[in-house]
Amino acid sequence: MQTPDTLRYMSSHEWTSAPEDGIVTVGISDFAQDQLGDVVFVELPEVGRKVSAGDAIAVVESVKTASDIYAPLAGEVVAVNEALEDAPEAINEAPYEGGWLFKLRVDEPAAWEELLDAAGYEAVAEAD
Amino acid sequence: MQRTPLYDRHEASGARIVDFAGWAMPIQYPSGINQEHLAVRQEVGLFDVSHMGQLRVTGPQVVEFLRWSTLNDAGRLKHGRGQYSMLPNDRGGLVDDLYVYRDAELDYLIVANAGNVEVVASHLRELAELFDVELADESERWALLAVQGPGAALAVERVSDSDLASVRKNQTLDASIGACPVRLARTGYTGEDGFEVFVAPEDAGAVWDLLIEAGAAPCGLGARDTLRLEAGFPLYGHELGPDTNPLATPFAWVVKDKPFYGREAMWGVDPGRRLVGMKLTGRGVARQGYEVVDERGGPLGEVTSGTLSPLTREAIAMAWVRTSHAEPGTALSVLIRGQAHPATVVVPPFYSS
Repeated sequence: MQTPDTLRYMSSHEWTSAPEDGIVTVGISDFAQDQLGDVVFVELPEVGRKVSAGDAIAVVESVKTASDIYAPLAGEVVAVNEALEDAPEAINEAPYEGGWLFKLRVDEPAAWEELLDAAGYEAVAEAD
Repeated sequence: MQRTPLYDRHEASGARIVDFAGWAMPIQYPSGINQEHLAVRQEVGLFDVSHMGQLRVTGPQVVEFLRWSTLNDAGRLKHGRGQYSMLPNDRGGLVDDLYVYRDAELDYLIVANAGNVEVVASHLRELAELFDVELADESERWALLAVQGPGAALAVERVSDSDLASVRKNQTLDASIGACPVRLARTGYTGEDGFEVFVAPEDAGAVWDLLIEAGAAPCGLGARDTLRLEAGFPLYGHELGPDTNPLATPFAWVVKDKPFYGREAMWGVDPGRRLVGMKLTGRGVARQGYEVVDERGGPLGEVTSGTLSPLTREAIAMAWVRTSHAEPGTALSVLIRGQAHPATVVVPPFYSS
Protein backbone atom coordinates (compact mmCIF):
# COMPACT_ATOMS: atom_id res chain seq x y z
CA MET A 1 0.00 0.00 0.00
CA GLN A 2 1.37 3.39 -1.00
CA THR A 3 0.73 6.37 1.22
CA PRO A 4 2.75 9.35 -0.07
CA ASP A 5 3.89 11.52 2.85
CA THR A 6 3.47 14.72 0.83
CA LEU A 7 -0.30 14.30 1.12
CA ARG A 8 -2.79 14.51 3.97
CA TYR A 9 -5.65 12.11 4.55
CA MET A 10 -9.03 11.58 6.13
CA SER A 11 -10.03 8.48 8.03
CA SER A 12 -12.71 8.04 5.33
CA HIS A 13 -9.79 7.36 2.92
CA GLU A 14 -9.60 10.58 0.87
CA TRP A 15 -6.19 12.14 0.18
CA THR A 16 -5.64 15.87 -0.19
CA SER A 17 -2.65 17.59 -1.76
CA ALA A 18 -0.95 20.57 -0.11
CA PRO A 19 -2.64 23.86 -1.04
CA GLU A 20 -1.10 25.66 -4.00
CA ASP A 21 -2.50 29.16 -4.45
CA GLY A 22 -5.30 27.97 -2.13
CA ILE A 23 -6.23 25.01 -4.34
CA VAL A 24 -6.05 21.36 -3.25
CA THR A 25 -6.58 18.15 -5.23
CA VAL A 26 -8.59 15.30 -3.70
CA GLY A 27 -8.74 11.60 -4.48
CA ILE A 28 -9.00 8.26 -2.71
CA SER A 29 -6.06 6.41 -1.23
CA ASP A 30 -4.32 3.36 -2.62
CA PHE A 31 -5.67 1.42 0.36
CA ALA A 32 -9.23 2.56 -0.46
CA GLN A 33 -9.04 1.66 -4.15
CA ASP A 34 -7.65 -1.74 -3.24
CA GLN A 35 -10.46 -2.35 -0.76
CA LEU A 36 -13.13 -1.22 -3.23
CA GLY A 37 -11.91 -3.33 -6.12
CA ASP A 38 -12.65 -2.47 -9.74
CA VAL A 39 -14.09 1.05 -9.89
CA VAL A 40 -16.81 1.17 -12.52
CA PHE A 41 -18.50 4.54 -12.07
CA VAL A 42 -17.80 7.93 -10.53
CA GLU A 43 -20.25 10.70 -9.71
CA LEU A 44 -18.50 14.05 -9.35
CA PRO A 45 -19.74 17.37 -7.90
CA GLU A 46 -20.69 20.40 -9.98
CA VAL A 47 -17.91 22.89 -10.57
CA GLY A 48 -18.73 26.00 -8.56
CA ARG A 49 -20.41 24.13 -5.72
CA LYS A 50 -19.64 25.49 -2.25
CA VAL A 51 -18.87 22.72 0.20
CA SER A 52 -18.27 22.34 3.93
CA ALA A 53 -15.69 20.00 5.38
CA GLY A 54 -17.26 16.55 5.72
CA ASP A 55 -19.94 17.03 3.05
CA ALA A 56 -20.55 13.95 0.90
CA ILE A 57 -19.94 15.44 -2.55
CA ALA A 58 -18.90 12.56 -4.81
CA VAL A 59 -19.53 8.85 -5.17
CA VAL A 60 -17.13 6.13 -6.25
CA GLU A 61 -18.81 2.89 -7.27
CA SER A 62 -17.08 -0.44 -7.55
CA VAL A 63 -18.63 -3.60 -8.94
CA LYS A 64 -20.02 -4.36 -5.50
CA THR A 65 -20.79 -1.09 -3.75
CA ALA A 66 -21.23 2.67 -3.86
CA SER A 67 -19.01 4.75 -1.54
CA ASP A 68 -19.48 8.38 -0.58
CA ILE A 69 -16.51 10.70 -0.95
CA TYR A 70 -16.28 13.56 1.54
CA ALA A 71 -14.90 17.07 1.13
CA PRO A 72 -11.81 17.23 3.35
CA LEU A 73 -11.95 20.99 3.74
CA ALA A 74 -14.45 23.83 3.24
CA GLY A 75 -14.27 25.68 -0.06
CA GLU A 76 -15.50 25.67 -3.64
CA VAL A 77 -15.19 22.99 -6.30
CA VAL A 78 -13.05 24.48 -9.08
CA ALA A 79 -12.39 21.42 -11.24
CA VAL A 80 -13.41 17.77 -11.58
CA ASN A 81 -11.59 14.92 -13.30
CA GLU A 82 -13.83 14.46 -16.34
CA ALA A 83 -11.55 11.75 -17.74
CA LEU A 84 -12.96 9.42 -15.07
CA GLU A 85 -16.32 9.43 -16.84
CA ASP A 86 -14.92 7.18 -19.56
CA ALA A 87 -12.04 5.67 -17.62
CA PRO A 88 -12.99 5.21 -13.95
CA GLU A 89 -10.37 2.45 -13.73
CA ALA A 90 -7.76 5.22 -13.49
CA ILE A 91 -8.68 5.30 -9.79
CA ASN A 92 -7.41 1.72 -9.43
CA GLU A 93 -4.42 2.20 -11.69
CA ALA A 94 -3.12 5.54 -10.37
CA PRO A 95 -5.08 6.70 -7.34
CA TYR A 96 -2.69 9.59 -6.61
CA GLU A 97 -2.29 10.78 -10.20
CA GLY A 98 -4.70 10.08 -13.06
CA GLY A 99 -7.32 8.94 -10.57
CA TRP A 100 -7.78 12.29 -8.81
CA LEU A 101 -11.43 13.27 -8.27
CA PHE A 102 -11.81 17.04 -7.81
CA LYS A 103 -10.01 20.27 -6.90
CA LEU A 104 -11.17 22.65 -4.21
CA ARG A 105 -10.32 26.31 -3.62
CA VAL A 106 -10.20 26.06 0.16
CA ASP A 107 -11.40 28.75 2.55
CA GLU A 108 -8.60 28.17 5.04
CA PRO A 109 -5.45 26.66 3.51
CA ALA A 110 -3.91 26.31 6.97
CA ALA A 111 -6.62 23.78 7.90
CA TRP A 112 -4.89 21.29 5.59
CA GLU A 113 -2.21 20.83 8.25
CA GLU A 114 -4.84 19.45 10.62
CA LEU A 115 -5.73 16.50 8.39
CA LEU A 116 -4.08 13.13 9.07
CA ASP A 117 -0.50 12.74 7.93
CA ALA A 118 0.63 9.57 6.14
CA ALA A 119 1.62 7.76 9.34
CA GLY A 120 -1.61 8.73 11.07
CA TYR A 121 -3.67 7.56 8.13
CA GLU A 122 -1.83 4.26 7.82
CA ALA A 123 -2.59 3.58 11.47
CA VAL A 124 -6.29 4.23 10.80
CA ALA A 125 -6.33 2.14 7.61
CA GLU A 126 -4.62 -0.80 9.26
CA ALA A 127 -7.19 -0.77 12.05
CA ASP A 128 -10.02 -0.74 9.47
CA MET B 1 -16.71 -18.55 10.49
CA GLN B 2 -16.66 -21.94 8.79
CA ARG B 3 -13.93 -22.67 6.27
CA THR B 4 -14.09 -24.78 3.15
CA PRO B 5 -11.32 -27.31 2.44
CA LEU B 6 -9.92 -24.76 -0.05
CA TYR B 7 -9.61 -21.88 2.41
CA ASP B 8 -5.81 -22.10 2.67
CA ARG B 9 -5.49 -21.94 -1.10
CA HIS B 10 -7.71 -18.87 -1.31
CA GLU B 11 -5.71 -17.14 1.36
CA ALA B 12 -2.36 -18.11 -0.14
CA SER B 13 -3.35 -16.76 -3.54
CA GLY B 14 -4.22 -13.36 -2.08
CA ALA B 15 -8.00 -13.58 -2.27
CA ARG B 16 -10.04 -11.10 -0.27
CA ILE B 17 -11.98 -13.18 2.24
CA VAL B 18 -15.42 -12.14 3.49
CA ASP B 19 -18.08 -13.59 5.74
CA PHE B 20 -20.76 -15.07 3.49
CA ALA B 21 -23.61 -16.77 5.35
CA GLY B 22 -21.20 -17.73 8.13
CA TRP B 23 -18.49 -18.98 5.77
CA ALA B 24 -15.09 -17.40 5.15
CA MET B 25 -15.27 -17.18 1.36
CA PRO B 26 -13.18 -15.46 -1.32
CA ILE B 27 -15.05 -12.45 -2.72
CA GLN B 28 -12.31 -11.83 -5.29
CA TYR B 29 -8.76 -12.75 -6.20
CA PRO B 30 -6.08 -10.13 -6.94
CA SER B 31 -7.15 -10.07 -10.61
CA GLY B 32 -10.42 -8.40 -9.59
CA ILE B 33 -14.09 -9.08 -10.22
CA ASN B 34 -14.18 -7.69 -13.77
CA GLN B 35 -11.34 -9.89 -15.01
CA GLU B 36 -12.73 -12.95 -13.27
CA HIS B 37 -16.12 -12.25 -14.82
CA LEU B 38 -14.62 -11.95 -18.31
CA ALA B 39 -12.54 -15.09 -17.81
CA VAL B 40 -15.78 -17.04 -17.30
CA ARG B 41 -17.56 -15.43 -20.26
CA GLN B 42 -14.62 -15.88 -22.62
CA GLU B 43 -12.48 -18.75 -21.30
CA VAL B 44 -12.88 -20.67 -18.08
CA GLY B 45 -13.10 -19.83 -14.38
CA LEU B 46 -13.11 -21.92 -11.21
CA PHE B 47 -15.26 -21.27 -8.14
CA ASP B 48 -15.25 -22.79 -4.68
CA VAL B 49 -18.92 -23.27 -3.79
CA SER B 50 -18.30 -25.76 -1.01
CA HIS B 51 -20.34 -23.58 1.33
CA MET B 52 -23.49 -24.81 -0.37
CA GLY B 53 -25.34 -27.60 1.41
CA GLN B 54 -26.29 -31.09 0.27
CA LEU B 55 -29.24 -33.14 1.48
CA ARG B 56 -29.77 -36.76 0.49
CA VAL B 57 -33.40 -37.85 0.21
CA THR B 58 -34.18 -41.54 -0.21
CA GLY B 59 -36.97 -43.99 0.48
CA PRO B 60 -39.98 -45.69 -1.09
CA GLN B 61 -41.99 -42.44 -1.27
CA VAL B 62 -39.19 -40.08 -2.27
CA VAL B 63 -40.77 -39.21 -5.62
CA GLU B 64 -44.16 -38.39 -4.07
CA PHE B 65 -42.41 -36.44 -1.33
CA LEU B 66 -40.33 -34.28 -3.67
CA ARG B 67 -43.26 -33.71 -6.03
CA TRP B 68 -45.17 -32.42 -2.99
CA SER B 69 -42.43 -30.39 -1.33
CA THR B 70 -40.72 -28.80 -4.39
CA LEU B 71 -42.15 -26.80 -7.28
CA ASN B 72 -40.50 -28.47 -10.23
CA ASP B 73 -41.43 -32.07 -10.99
CA ALA B 74 -38.68 -34.27 -9.56
CA GLY B 75 -40.60 -37.32 -10.76
CA ARG B 76 -39.86 -36.37 -14.37
CA LEU B 77 -36.09 -36.43 -13.75
CA LYS B 78 -34.25 -39.28 -15.39
CA HIS B 79 -31.54 -41.01 -13.38
CA GLY B 80 -28.29 -39.10 -13.55
CA ARG B 81 -29.92 -35.76 -14.28
CA GLY B 82 -30.63 -32.59 -12.33
CA GLN B 83 -33.16 -29.78 -12.38
CA TYR B 84 -33.47 -26.26 -10.98
CA SER B 85 -36.26 -26.15 -8.44
CA MET B 86 -37.74 -24.19 -5.55
CA LEU B 87 -39.08 -24.95 -2.11
CA PRO B 88 -42.46 -23.29 -1.45
CA ASN B 89 -43.65 -22.11 1.96
CA ASP B 90 -47.32 -21.99 2.95
CA ARG B 91 -47.87 -18.32 2.17
CA GLY B 92 -47.15 -18.19 -1.53
CA GLY B 93 -43.41 -17.56 -1.19
CA LEU B 94 -40.22 -19.57 -1.03
CA VAL B 95 -38.03 -21.22 1.59
CA ASP B 96 -35.14 -21.47 -0.91
CA ASP B 97 -34.23 -22.26 -4.46
CA LEU B 98 -32.44 -25.54 -5.13
CA TYR B 99 -30.82 -27.92 -7.49
CA VAL B 100 -32.28 -31.44 -7.37
CA TYR B 101 -30.33 -34.38 -8.78
CA ARG B 102 -31.74 -37.86 -9.24
CA ASP B 103 -28.97 -40.37 -8.56
CA ALA B 104 -31.17 -43.48 -8.75
CA GLU B 105 -34.83 -44.43 -8.83
CA LEU B 106 -35.36 -43.67 -5.12
CA ASP B 107 -32.24 -41.59 -4.40
CA TYR B 108 -32.05 -37.81 -4.79
CA LEU B 109 -29.46 -35.19 -3.83
CA ILE B 110 -30.60 -31.64 -3.13
CA VAL B 111 -28.18 -28.70 -3.23
CA ALA B 112 -29.33 -25.68 -1.22
CA ASN B 113 -27.92 -22.21 -0.55
CA ALA B 114 -25.30 -21.96 2.18
CA GLY B 115 -27.25 -19.77 4.54
CA ASN B 116 -30.40 -21.83 4.17
CA VAL B 117 -29.27 -25.43 4.61
CA GLU B 118 -30.58 -25.79 8.14
CA VAL B 119 -33.87 -24.05 7.35
CA VAL B 120 -34.32 -26.21 4.26
CA ALA B 121 -33.48 -29.35 6.20
CA SER B 122 -35.90 -28.64 9.04
CA HIS B 123 -38.64 -27.59 6.62
CA LEU B 124 -38.22 -30.81 4.63
CA ARG B 125 -38.05 -32.92 7.79
CA GLU B 126 -41.37 -31.50 8.90
CA LEU B 127 -43.04 -32.25 5.58
CA ALA B 128 -41.36 -35.67 5.46
CA GLU B 129 -43.28 -36.87 8.50
CA LEU B 130 -46.18 -37.78 6.22
CA PHE B 131 -43.98 -39.76 3.82
CA ASP B 132 -41.87 -42.88 3.98
CA VAL B 133 -38.55 -41.14 3.23
CA GLU B 134 -35.15 -40.60 4.83
CA LEU B 135 -33.30 -37.29 4.90
CA ALA B 136 -29.57 -37.07 5.51
CA ASP B 137 -27.48 -33.90 5.62
CA GLU B 138 -24.45 -34.66 3.43
CA SER B 139 -23.00 -31.14 3.52
CA GLU B 140 -19.93 -32.37 5.40
CA ARG B 141 -19.34 -35.12 2.85
CA TRP B 142 -18.93 -32.86 -0.16
CA ALA B 143 -16.75 -30.07 -1.34
CA LEU B 144 -18.21 -28.43 -4.43
CA LEU B 145 -16.30 -26.70 -7.21
CA ALA B 146 -17.76 -25.02 -10.28
CA VAL B 147 -15.77 -24.92 -13.53
CA GLN B 148 -17.55 -22.46 -15.78
CA GLY B 149 -17.03 -20.93 -19.20
CA PRO B 150 -16.79 -21.90 -22.87
CA GLY B 151 -13.48 -23.64 -22.12
CA ALA B 152 -14.83 -25.60 -19.14
CA ALA B 153 -15.30 -28.96 -20.87
CA LEU B 154 -11.82 -28.80 -22.36
CA ALA B 155 -10.26 -27.95 -19.00
CA VAL B 156 -12.04 -30.83 -17.25
CA GLU B 157 -11.16 -33.26 -20.04
CA ARG B 158 -7.50 -32.32 -19.69
CA VAL B 159 -7.42 -33.62 -16.12
CA SER B 160 -10.05 -36.35 -16.10
CA ASP B 161 -10.55 -39.78 -17.60
CA SER B 162 -13.80 -38.80 -19.30
CA ASP B 163 -15.01 -37.85 -22.74
CA LEU B 164 -17.50 -35.09 -21.97
CA ALA B 165 -18.82 -34.45 -25.47
CA SER B 166 -21.84 -36.68 -24.92
CA VAL B 167 -22.64 -35.31 -21.47
CA ARG B 168 -25.72 -33.11 -21.79
CA LYS B 169 -26.73 -30.05 -19.79
CA ASN B 170 -28.03 -31.09 -16.35
CA GLN B 171 -26.54 -34.56 -16.72
CA THR B 172 -24.30 -36.11 -14.06
CA LEU B 173 -21.37 -38.46 -14.48
CA ASP B 174 -19.05 -40.33 -12.12
CA ALA B 175 -15.45 -39.68 -13.14
CA SER B 176 -11.94 -39.14 -11.81
CA ILE B 177 -9.89 -35.98 -11.74
CA GLY B 178 -6.29 -37.00 -11.19
CA ALA B 179 -6.60 -39.89 -8.76
CA CYS B 180 -9.69 -38.43 -7.09
CA PRO B 181 -13.18 -39.81 -7.65
CA VAL B 182 -15.63 -37.02 -8.48
CA ARG B 183 -19.24 -36.58 -9.46
CA LEU B 184 -19.52 -34.19 -12.40
CA ALA B 185 -22.74 -32.37 -13.18
CA ARG B 186 -23.08 -30.27 -16.31
CA THR B 187 -24.68 -27.43 -14.39
CA GLY B 188 -23.77 -24.03 -13.03
CA TYR B 189 -25.12 -20.60 -12.31
CA THR B 190 -23.20 -18.29 -14.59
CA GLY B 191 -25.07 -18.57 -17.89
CA GLU B 192 -22.11 -20.41 -19.41
CA ASP B 193 -21.46 -24.05 -20.13
CA GLY B 194 -19.65 -25.77 -17.30
CA PHE B 195 -19.50 -28.43 -14.65
CA GLU B 196 -20.03 -28.61 -10.95
CA VAL B 197 -17.62 -31.01 -9.34
CA PHE B 198 -18.73 -32.88 -6.21
CA VAL B 199 -15.65 -34.20 -4.44
CA ALA B 200 -14.68 -35.50 -1.02
CA PRO B 201 -13.31 -32.67 1.16
CA GLU B 202 -9.90 -34.34 1.47
CA ASP B 203 -9.56 -34.44 -2.33
CA ALA B 204 -10.82 -30.92 -3.00
CA GLY B 205 -7.38 -29.30 -2.92
CA ALA B 206 -5.85 -31.72 -5.42
CA VAL B 207 -8.80 -31.28 -7.80
CA TRP B 208 -8.65 -27.50 -7.44
CA ASP B 209 -4.92 -27.48 -8.24
CA LEU B 210 -5.38 -29.68 -11.32
CA LEU B 211 -8.15 -27.49 -12.70
CA ILE B 212 -6.05 -24.36 -12.15
CA GLU B 213 -3.16 -26.06 -13.97
CA ALA B 214 -5.61 -26.92 -16.76
CA GLY B 215 -6.12 -23.21 -17.29
CA ALA B 216 -9.09 -22.25 -15.12
CA ALA B 217 -8.86 -18.81 -13.48
CA PRO B 218 -9.78 -18.76 -9.78
CA CYS B 219 -12.93 -16.68 -9.29
CA GLY B 220 -14.65 -15.40 -6.17
CA LEU B 221 -18.22 -14.85 -5.09
CA GLY B 222 -18.15 -11.29 -6.46
CA ALA B 223 -17.84 -12.53 -10.04
CA ARG B 224 -20.31 -15.31 -9.31
CA ASP B 225 -22.84 -12.63 -8.41
CA THR B 226 -22.22 -10.39 -11.45
CA LEU B 227 -22.31 -13.44 -13.74
CA ARG B 228 -25.61 -14.77 -12.43
CA LEU B 229 -27.12 -11.29 -12.56
CA GLU B 230 -25.95 -10.67 -16.14
CA ALA B 231 -27.44 -14.07 -17.06
CA GLY B 232 -30.72 -13.05 -15.40
CA PHE B 233 -30.66 -15.73 -12.70
CA PRO B 234 -32.26 -15.02 -9.32
CA LEU B 235 -30.50 -15.18 -5.96
CA TYR B 236 -32.40 -16.11 -2.82
CA GLY B 237 -32.39 -13.09 -0.48
CA HIS B 238 -32.42 -10.72 -3.43
CA GLU B 239 -34.96 -11.61 -6.12
CA LEU B 240 -36.50 -14.50 -4.20
CA GLY B 241 -37.61 -14.73 -0.60
CA PRO B 242 -40.37 -15.84 1.78
CA ASP B 243 -42.82 -13.34 0.26
CA THR B 244 -42.05 -13.64 -3.45
CA ASN B 245 -44.47 -15.58 -5.63
CA PRO B 246 -42.34 -17.35 -8.27
CA LEU B 247 -45.28 -17.29 -10.70
CA ALA B 248 -44.74 -13.52 -10.95
CA THR B 249 -41.10 -13.99 -12.02
CA PRO B 250 -39.38 -15.06 -15.24
CA PHE B 251 -38.83 -18.39 -13.45
CA ALA B 252 -42.51 -19.31 -13.37
CA TRP B 253 -41.58 -22.25 -15.66
CA VAL B 254 -40.18 -23.97 -12.57
CA VAL B 255 -43.66 -24.25 -11.05
CA LYS B 256 -45.38 -27.31 -12.47
CA ASP B 257 -49.15 -27.73 -12.39
CA LYS B 258 -49.49 -30.49 -9.81
CA PRO B 259 -50.46 -30.67 -6.14
CA PHE B 260 -47.73 -29.15 -3.93
CA TYR B 261 -47.30 -27.78 -0.43
CA GLY B 262 -48.66 -24.24 -0.17
CA ARG B 263 -50.28 -24.33 -3.62
CA GLU B 264 -53.49 -22.54 -2.60
CA ALA B 265 -51.49 -19.50 -1.42
CA MET B 266 -49.47 -19.35 -4.66
CA TRP B 267 -51.37 -20.75 -7.62
CA GLY B 268 -53.66 -18.17 -9.23
CA VAL B 269 -52.79 -15.58 -6.59
CA ASP B 270 -51.64 -12.40 -8.34
CA PRO B 271 -49.32 -10.35 -6.12
CA GLY B 272 -49.86 -7.29 -8.36
CA ARG B 273 -46.16 -7.02 -9.09
CA ARG B 274 -43.65 -8.70 -11.37
CA LEU B 275 -39.94 -9.41 -11.24
CA VAL B 276 -38.32 -7.72 -14.25
CA GLY B 277 -34.93 -6.95 -15.73
CA MET B 278 -33.99 -3.31 -16.27
CA LYS B 279 -31.28 -1.38 -18.05
CA LEU B 280 -30.47 2.18 -17.05
CA THR B 281 -30.42 4.36 -20.13
CA GLY B 282 -28.16 7.08 -18.71
CA ARG B 283 -25.25 7.13 -16.30
CA GLY B 284 -25.46 5.64 -12.82
CA VAL B 285 -25.67 2.23 -11.20
CA ALA B 286 -28.85 0.82 -9.62
CA ARG B 287 -28.27 -1.11 -6.41
CA GLN B 288 -30.35 -3.41 -4.23
CA GLY B 289 -32.93 -1.46 -2.26
CA TYR B 290 -33.12 1.54 -4.58
CA GLU B 291 -36.67 2.67 -5.29
CA VAL B 292 -38.27 2.31 -8.74
CA VAL B 293 -40.74 5.08 -9.68
CA ASP B 294 -42.92 6.14 -12.62
CA GLU B 295 -42.53 9.38 -14.60
CA ARG B 296 -44.39 11.33 -11.94
CA GLY B 297 -42.32 9.90 -9.13
CA GLY B 298 -45.02 7.48 -7.99
CA PRO B 299 -43.65 4.33 -6.33
CA LEU B 300 -43.52 1.19 -8.48
CA GLY B 301 -41.22 -1.09 -6.53
CA GLU B 302 -37.64 -1.82 -5.56
CA VAL B 303 -34.37 -2.96 -7.11
CA THR B 304 -33.33 -6.44 -5.93
CA SER B 305 -29.85 -6.62 -7.55
CA GLY B 306 -27.88 -4.23 -9.70
CA THR B 307 -24.42 -3.65 -11.05
CA LEU B 308 -22.53 -2.37 -14.04
CA SER B 309 -22.30 -5.32 -16.43
CA PRO B 310 -18.60 -6.15 -16.72
CA LEU B 311 -19.28 -7.41 -20.25
CA THR B 312 -21.48 -4.71 -21.78
CA ARG B 313 -20.61 -1.84 -19.38
CA GLU B 314 -24.34 -1.11 -19.06
CA ALA B 315 -26.04 -0.61 -15.72
CA ILE B 316 -28.26 -3.67 -15.32
CA ALA B 317 -30.67 -4.60 -12.55
CA MET B 318 -33.55 -6.75 -11.51
CA ALA B 319 -36.50 -5.28 -9.65
CA TRP B 320 -39.97 -6.04 -8.39
CA VAL B 321 -42.34 -3.51 -10.00
CA ARG B 322 -46.09 -3.03 -10.30
CA THR B 323 -47.58 -5.21 -13.01
CA SER B 324 -48.69 -2.07 -14.91
CA HIS B 325 -44.99 -1.25 -15.57
CA ALA B 326 -43.61 -4.73 -16.17
CA GLU B 327 -43.92 -5.03 -19.96
CA PRO B 328 -40.61 -5.11 -21.84
CA GLY B 329 -39.86 -1.66 -23.25
CA THR B 330 -41.68 0.19 -20.45
CA ALA B 331 -39.92 3.35 -19.33
CA LEU B 332 -39.48 3.87 -15.60
CA SER B 333 -36.95 5.44 -13.27
CA VAL B 334 -34.65 4.38 -10.47
CA LEU B 335 -34.00 6.78 -7.60
CA ILE B 336 -30.24 6.95 -7.10
CA ARG B 337 -29.37 9.15 -4.13
CA GLY B 338 -32.70 10.93 -4.58
CA GLN B 339 -32.28 11.60 -8.31
CA ALA B 340 -34.53 9.86 -10.87
CA HIS B 341 -32.46 7.97 -13.46
CA PRO B 342 -34.32 6.68 -16.53
CA ALA B 343 -34.45 2.93 -17.16
CA THR B 344 -36.19 0.49 -19.49
CA VAL B 345 -37.71 -2.90 -18.73
CA VAL B 346 -35.84 -5.63 -20.63
CA VAL B 347 -35.96 -9.41 -20.71
CA PRO B 348 -32.77 -11.02 -19.32
CA PRO B 349 -30.19 -12.26 -20.07
CA PHE B 350 -28.53 -8.87 -20.29
CA TYR B 351 -26.00 -9.98 -22.90
CA SER B 352 -26.03 -12.09 -26.02
CA SER B 353 -23.64 -14.99 -26.05
